[in-house]
Amino acid sequence: MSRVMPPLPYRVTATHPETADAVSLELLPAAAALPRFRPGQFAMVYAFGVGEVPISVSAIRHQDGALVHTVRAVGAVSGALCRLRPGDVVGLRGPYGTGWDLDSAAGADVLVIAGGIGLAPLRPVVHQVLDRPRRYGRLGVLVGARTAEDLLYRDELRHWRTSAQVEVTVDRPTPGWQGTVGVVTGLLDRSELRAENTCALLCGPEVMIRHTAQALIARGLPAHRIQVSLERNMRCGTGHCGHCQLGPLLLCLDGPVVDYAGSQPLLAVREL
Amino acid sequence: MSAPMAPAADDAVIGREGLAALVDVLRARGFTVIGPTVRGGAIVLDELESAESLPYGWGVELEAGQYRLRERADGAAFANAAGPQSWKTFLHPARVRQWRAERSDGQLTFETDDTPPPRFAFLGVRPCDLRAIAIQDRVLATGRHADPVYQGRRSGAFLVSVECTEPGATCFCVSMGTGPAAGPGYDLVLTELADEGGHRFWIRSGSPEGAEVLAELPGRIADDAIREAAREGVSAAADRMGRAMPSVDLHRLMAGTLEAPRWDDVASRCLTCGNCTMVCPTCFCTTTEDVTDLTGDHAERWRLWDSCFDLDHSYLHGGPVRPSSRSRYRQWLTHKLGTWYDQFGSSGCVGCGRCIVWCPVAIDITEEAAALHDWANRPADNGAAPE
Amino acid sequence: MTDPPSLLGALPKTHRDRLLALARDSSFPTGERLFDEGGPADRFWLIRSGEVALDLYIPGRQAPVVETIGPGQLLGWSWLFPPYRWHLGAQTLVPVDAWEFPADQVRALCTADPELGYQLTLRCAEVIGERLQATRIRLLDLYAPSTGVS
Repeated sequence: MSRVMPPLPYRVTATHPETADAVSLELLPAAAALPRFRPGQFAMVYAFGVGEVPISVSAIRHQDGALVHTVRAVGAVSGALCRLRPGDVVGLRGPYGTGWDLDSAAGADVLVIAGGIGLAPLRPVVHQVLDRPRRYGRLGVLVGARTAEDLLYRDELRHWRTSAQVEVTVDRPTPGWQGTVGVVTGLLDRSELRAENTCALLCGPEVMIRHTAQALIARGLPAHRIQVSLERNMRCGTGHCGHCQLGPLLLCLDGPVVDYAGSQPLLAVREL
Repeated sequence: MSAPMAPAADDAVIGREGLAALVDVLRARGFTVIGPTVRGGAIVLDELESAESLPYGWGVELEAGQYRLRERADGAAFANAAGPQSWKTFLHPARVRQWRAERSDGQLTFETDDTPPPRFAFLGVRPCDLRAIAIQDRVLATGRHADPVYQGRRSGAFLVSVECTEPGATCFCVSMGTGPAAGPGYDLVLTELADEGGHRFWIRSGSPEGAEVLAELPGRIADDAIREAAREGVSAAADRMGRAMPSVDLHRLMAGTLEAPRWDDVASRCLTCGNCTMVCPTCFCTTTEDVTDLTGDHAERWRLWDSCFDLDHSYLHGGPVRPSSRSRYRQWLTHKLGTWYDQFGSSGCVGCGRCIVWCPVAIDITEEAAALHDWANRPADNGAAPE
Repeated sequence: MTDPPSLLGALPKTHRDRLLALARDSSFPTGERLFDEGGPADRFWLIRSGEVALDLYIPGRQAPVVETIGPGQLLGWSWLFPPYRWHLGAQTLVPVDAWEFPADQVRALCTADPELGYQLTLRCAEVIGERLQATRIRLLDLYAPSTGVS
């Protein structure tokens, strides 16, 4: 049991514009550091005077304790975070949430499927699997984006291709795009899915998650081998504000990463 | 009946002057004593400077959507059921500053208010509310994270429970297993008797500190007659409950009736005002508010009570997940009676009946649960099995 | 990819073998035009490797790509229904290897063996259904910039 503390100050040491409306913030503790984050966990990130938003960690640098958060400007707080410059300070609380269960993926093929900004919480998974290749089977990374310009981590995707199957598809081809056009489920036919020994990790808009999980199940993957990262309103991160409920789940404690077998019936209930 | 009793006594009998002494002793020990008092046509909870402020001679008439004070001839202080407030007003305040942030010279510093909260003594905690405090303990103090505001206020609190002898028409603690006799968790518990034998209270201690306080009170040794009379009063109250929750597995019932037509029915009545969540002694939802001063260098984070009936409660960039009153009422009821078990291991309802009393359109939680139960057990139609 | 493509994978082996007996290997270089909108849909392909773009002709603009078809996927279903004309155009994005099936012979086989015909039509309908669903999801523009006010 830990006490809910005020945020700790973290200094922005670098900003990387990823797309027209998303920025990766590299953060180092200004004084004391938060406990270690695991892939899939999130922090409550405080923009001074504006507010806090839950943002999954998109890279964890253990050497110096740096955390990277990729923020998409969708509201007042995330907009303020996207405007930060190196040297600025934010408040950080965490780590919160379950994180991806990579222990259960040991010995299995890992299939990462991301839609849009959903690649951010999955990037630490790719890093971890690439760091420990002998612990896992094959790594597949399937990414859907609106256009090629909306793709996150374009340089890294190229680098991952040397040790993983990386497939990218866009909803709308823009001039110069020579790759796949269509939804991310279309990439499943292109990946060599060994349904009997694959662990799939999904993050993206809920419609994309449901559609992709169903497509995986249709291809023989059991629902309990599918982990999904879900999103609801969160105010505290500590299970006290009551906002992030999805039926029996308090997503800030029981999620954001949950097993699809358990969450599928909940996602099927409208306005739950 | 004036000398303090021997400290060894586990129980005793005190009179009105003993109750007055109780308030004085607690105040002398540094407690801020909170108890019921009449104000604005209701029995509210407020700081008591003396026991004289207790609602002696006041009862209440409760019905769905109705609350009326009425005078009682017997002068009883606690012959009334739950008022509009509960103890969460003090343990989980409606408005709390969580931290202050200051920005200067490229630094950001956070400060919390380290002033110790008052040490509360709650006088008149009903058995249902005693359970409600235990439930909020589970939510706010003993989960994976502890809320320091709640914990700070709760850890030093001294609870004087009062068993119920005069349940209201909206009470259903018996069916929730929370009253009218007090469960564990109190430091002292009183059972009030106001009859031909006089106005007196059977008092017992439930903690070492309770025993210490009890030892300082003027009273007399309890005998079997008073114990018997007190127990009879409480047991008679159990037979006079105004309402009852259907005695079914509510956790399962809620999980199995998410698509019941009854939700449309209740949605046609519910105003989504959120009164039920404000008066509920276990509802704990909060939202946050960030403010800055005019210089822009000082900011504060405030936490405020929130309600799942508020549209913004489920806001996800783009819109609310629960835009309909159907889904918001369903969220409240299924959480309270159902998913609370999944999250916190018990029901979130203690049977106090406040949500029934303070609903402006008289929606009755027991009636809604019964209707869902009836629907779940409706006769099979076209050969389909009932759910 | 050595497994039979998903379209054939679900068919009984006898059906699969009879269909594959009609197929011939075909390879196309990058930029090869496979068919144009309105042209006779007299064949279809199961892609083994490579990627084919489906496009629509719009006067005065470069034909926009509406979807791409890749390994394991069926290219072309207009051959199933009269008037057997392509709804879209197709052009390879990279070198493509595929099995090519002559539409008239496959249709004749379906007529001669209604069970095979039914199974193949069912599989094609499933593919068409999946693509319709995928298209509907793209219509939602899920990754669009937020219009929220928070």
